[in-house]
Amino acid sequence: MSRLARAVLLTLLVIWPFAAQAQKDSVTIGQTLEPPTLDPTTGAAQAIREVTYLNIYEGLLRIDRDGKLQPLLAESWTVSPDNLTYTFHLRRGVKFHDGSDLDAGDVKFTFERAMAPDSTNAQKWIFAPIARIETPDRYTVAITLKEPTGNFLYGLAWGDAVIFAPETVADNRTKPIGTGPYRFERWVRGDRVELVRNDAYWAQIPAISRATFRFISDPQAQVAAIRSGDVDALSNLAAQEAADQLKGDANLKVVVGNTEGETILAINNAKPPFNDVRVRRALAHAIDRKAVIEGAVSGYGTPIGTHFSPNHPAYVDLIGTYPYDPARARKLLAEAGHPNGFSTTLRLPPPPYARRSGEIIAAQLAQVGIKVSIEPIEFAQWLEQVFRNKNYDLTIIAHTEPLDIGIYARDDYYFQYRNPAFKTLMEKIGTTVDEAERNRLYGEAQRMLTADSVNVFLFQLPKIGVWNVNLTGMWENWPLPANPIAELSWKR
Amino acid sequence: MAAWSRRSRLDPMLALLARRVIGFVLTLLAAAAVVFVVMEVLPGDPAAVMLGVQATPETLAALRAEFGLDRPAPVRFATWIIDLLRGDLGISYTYRVPVAGLIAERLAITVPLALLSIALSTAIALPLGILAAARQDRPADAGIMVFSQIGVAVPNFWFALLLVLLFSVTLGWLPSGGFPGWQSGIGAALAALALPAISLALPQAAILARVTRSAVLDALGEDYVRTARAKGLTRAATLRRHVLRNALIPVVTIMGLQFSFLLAGAIIIENVFYLPGLGRLVFQAIAQRDLIVVRDVVLLLAAMVIFINFVVDVLYALIDPRLRDWRT
Repeated sequence: MSRLARAVLLTLLVIWPFAAQAQKDSVTIGQTLEPPTLDPTTGAAQAIREVTYLNIYEGLLRIDRDGKLQPLLAESWTVSPDNLTYTFHLRRGVKFHDGSDLDAGDVKFTFERAMAPDSTNAQKWIFAPIARIETPDRYTVAITLKEPTGNFLYGLAWGDAVIFAPETVADNRTKPIGTGPYRFERWVRGDRVELVRNDAYWAQIPAISRATFRFISDPQAQVAAIRSGDVDALSNLAAQEAADQLKGDANLKVVVGNTEGETILAINNAKPPFNDVRVRRALAHAIDRKAVIEGAVSGYGTPIGTHFSPNHPAYVDLIGTYPYDPARARKLLAEAGHPNGFSTTLRLPPPPYARRSGEIIAAQLAQVGIKVSIEPIEFAQWLEQVFRNKNYDLTIIAHTEPLDIGIYARDDYYFQYRNPAFKTLMEKIGTTVDEAERNRLYGEAQRMLTADSVNVFLFQLPKIGVWNVNLTGMWENWPLPANPIAELSWKR
Repeated sequence: MAAWSRRSRLDPMLALLARRVIGFVLTLLAAAAVVFVVMEVLPGDPAAVMLGVQATPETLAALRAEFGLDRPAPVRFATWIIDLLRGDLGISYTYRVPVAGLIAERLAITVPLALLSIALSTAIALPLGILAAARQDRPADAGIMVFSQIGVAVPNFWFALLLVLLFSVTLGWLPSGGFPGWQSGIGAALAALALPAISLALPQAAILARVTRSAVLDALGEDYVRTARAKGLTRAATLRRHVLRNALIPVVTIMGLQFSFLLAGAIIIENVFYLPGLGRLVFQAIAQRDLIVVRDVVLLLAAMVIFINFVVDVLYALIDPRLRDWRT
């Protein structure tokens, strides 16, 4: 070995352990996708929220780890007796990262920008009910709605309703400025985003001084990164089967939680033979959810019997409505005039859960005489051909938006489910402000979807988090996609 | 006499250069048209990809207008070409930053990685290939050929995983992937590129070693080698002075192909090491329908491949004086 090589090797051996042993008050979180920008109003990408929500940006309200609403920039609020006017009292002394004060004008600006015709906010429904916004004083915002809206406050807690300052909003894509406990420091595109603690934060100064989000899409690379200590946590594994490899590692904790993603076998309800409810029910009876969950997500998904998250208090367990029963499926098909089954196609977008579920479901449907030909397609193609043009028979996809049962009330939606009774019910839910009553109505809606067997409801998409055993505070479930760094700490 | 000979040498050179430049421009134009049409025909709306399933039709229309996608295709093609000629590569749909900057960031990883890999594979392959040829059919040759056979057969991503397992997970010497950026210091950046460079270099070295060996063997069989030996040159001196130079032509050809591959084809290795290189940029851009990035990168890659071929031709001429006039 040459002297140079020896010197290099020696230097490496000396430097490396020190780098690793430095006093730990920083954290590195690995996630599968990179945010395209750091401005949540530029697109729907979940990765934007995973990095920025509750770290860089804050809204009037927030969701906590249990999915409950909590006050944030709004200290308190009152609702008028007619449920039309919400008056928010802002917290005082809140500063944006550029040093300017948060006031009512910023809130008005942010919401009016999101409502504007040229707005590209992906969740415009949050702001759609707003009729006008007034600012009676510097710290009060009065929002008047067009009609009572049950989910108005809930929407304001989303990562799409965080508050910006008019002076800095244009640069948020690459230099985000919010009021949160962490400031943006740098973005090595394709690799990482680094945040540092905001020492002028309005609430308690968090324990972690520095946070790095690293973007690792390959499942094997994720496993290597967490096992080598390059990342301290993986918020959600790219491939569920990797969990088994990591469970044996004493330094790591594998935590299986839920997301708000309902994975469904979506059915084109307008297209024969699927316009016959007996055929749709036959599909439900023909599919063994357990086998699908085992094969597609290594057994980590919670089975569902309707389009609703089991995390929500209004969830109704309807899994028993269509038990796995191939004989019954064949009987229903015969009644519907398909004693020998039929041929159909199943279009599958790229996520592994969809491709794998598809293989298993095709095999199960073959058992009752339905010959399925599988067509793998790209996500962009899925959006155009399946979602927009409704040119499909069957497809598999997880609907990841929280509380999105309302999509079944849309006539132009790709399921092509048209039920006036369901629409009326959703309109009633929309304007019902009493929570208990709203939950009762949500239950009714779930039963209606299951009775009509609109789609085959498969399982709730899991969130499989893996982190260092000494790291506490990571969210186990994702009521909204978020990794709030301020809630993390290292065990002493 | 001197002036006459210089003119006669310059004219063909100029003609060659002119032909090269015209060919370059025409190839690029063809590549531009093809990639534009392909991305047009491919189903998928960039605005829909960005905004997801909850977006209203008005929001989609607003974003399409922001992207300029509401204009007819020929107008967009013309605008793209005109902007390119003015040096403006446009704004990425996905990242919303200038494409030029995005590409520059990626080239700052891809080009050093490619150079590192090609340097490494050459440093390994040439001596081994020459040694194997010089010791043809003896144990050293057999050993080298067995290893190169393994090197050709083993997929580079699998080899990469083994390297990560050893050097990152078990020993903890090198990062398992990612790229901290050149601003983090040259040491950290090179540490991040070390394993990817080795993973890319070894399979290429295996191929290059085999090519070198057979090229050297071919040259060894030539008449001039026998002549050189006959006039009393030692085996080593013959190899050095007559064989190597002649054996270099096929070797340089393969190296040119390998370098072209490294610029765009390293995508699997970039995935294993989550390196933000050019290959991954274009792969993601296709999936997200970031049309402008796809078009710009494809054009850039076409330009680079043409340029590398040109460099290879120049190297031919340098290596073999006979090719200088003959090529024209």
